[in-house]
Amino acid sequence: MNDDLKLRLIDATAAVIRDNAERLTELDQAIGDGDHGINMKRGFEAIAAERDALARLAWPQALHKAGMALVMKVGGASGPLYGSLLMQMGKAADEELGSIGDLATCLGAGIEAVKQRGKSSTGQKTMLDVLVPVQQTLQQAAGNGAELAAAIAAARRAADEGQAAAKEMVATKGRASYLGERSKGHDDPGATSSRLLVHTVCDVLEGAR
Amino acid sequence: MSEHVAIVIVSHSADVAKGTADMVRQMVGQEVRLAWTGGDPDGGLGTDVAKIKAAIESVLGPAGVAVLVDLGGAETNSEMAVELLAAEHGAGQGAPENKVRICNAPIVEGAVMAATEAAGGSSLDDVCATAEELSG
Repeated sequence: MNDDLKLRLIDATAAVIRDNAERLTELDQAIGDGDHGINMKRGFEAIAAERDALARLAWPQALHKAGMALVMKVGGASGPLYGSLLMQMGKAADEELGSIGDLATCLGAGIEAVKQRGKSSTGQKTMLDVLVPVQQTLQQAAGNGAELAAAIAAARRAADEGQAAAKEMVATKGRASYLGERSKGHDDPGATSSRLLVHTVCDVLEGAR
Repeated sequence: MSEHVAIVIVSHSADVAKGTADMVRQMVGQEVRLAWTGGDPDGGLGTDVAKIKAAIESVLGPAGVAVLVDLGGAETNSEMAVELLAAEHGAGQGAPENKVRICNAPIVEGAVMAATEAAGGSSLDDVCATAEELSG
């Protein structure tokens, strides 16, 4: 069951990144260095290439190995950022990763690694503006004893609102910060890829019920 | 000549990295160990953690390594490479993370200044400080 969940997560995330690579690159050409889509595609293809081996591993090892693949293959800053997210999630994960609370804890640890790696926090027009509210929403849902379906719906909303909020922010991190005020009103590529990935994970988890 | 601080140049472009290394060689000479890398894992514009790690390892000596980078991803990927090196070699006094520094300086001018300082036998701290003065 868990093997199957891992395979579906790997396939679904690789597909959504592949299908949106061009759009992510276009967004990045507007306010970054124009490589986000192609870089993410290379990274997620590297994960997909190891799908069977990864699916046989327990969550801590699988997340760590997938993160390493992103670190080694992406070629841009998003490699270490998304890679550190997964690697640290792996460190915090238990073998089963069986509850919303476990997922929230694990994602929280991953987010700390992203903050450290990017020397950034929320409000700077980055992937964190999506990931942090999603994590907080999951944490709350777990605390309230919410059903999986309700937690997933709330996580989706948090991701949408996070991306929309990031769009109106002025970038102070990464290449987009060179544009200063002019970055306002542009979708952030990292926030966009994070929202896509959150939605995709939600889709898979719903299917897994 | 490993008593000198070594220099590693990391650019998104292999041409820029190699060109910077050429300038350092011509202006500073051969005393300083020097490595460069550029390009993503597919050979396009970008940086490659594995190649950065290999470049650092190829020149790493007791005096340490100053790394000069260009844009954002080069810095992030270099930090990642240093961390992976540290994880492999273990922590401690002589561990790589204490001997590899990423300088906050413009890549071409920074590399030339850092190499000049290194050629004079300066410490890693001084080499980086000199390069970083350029960032004002």
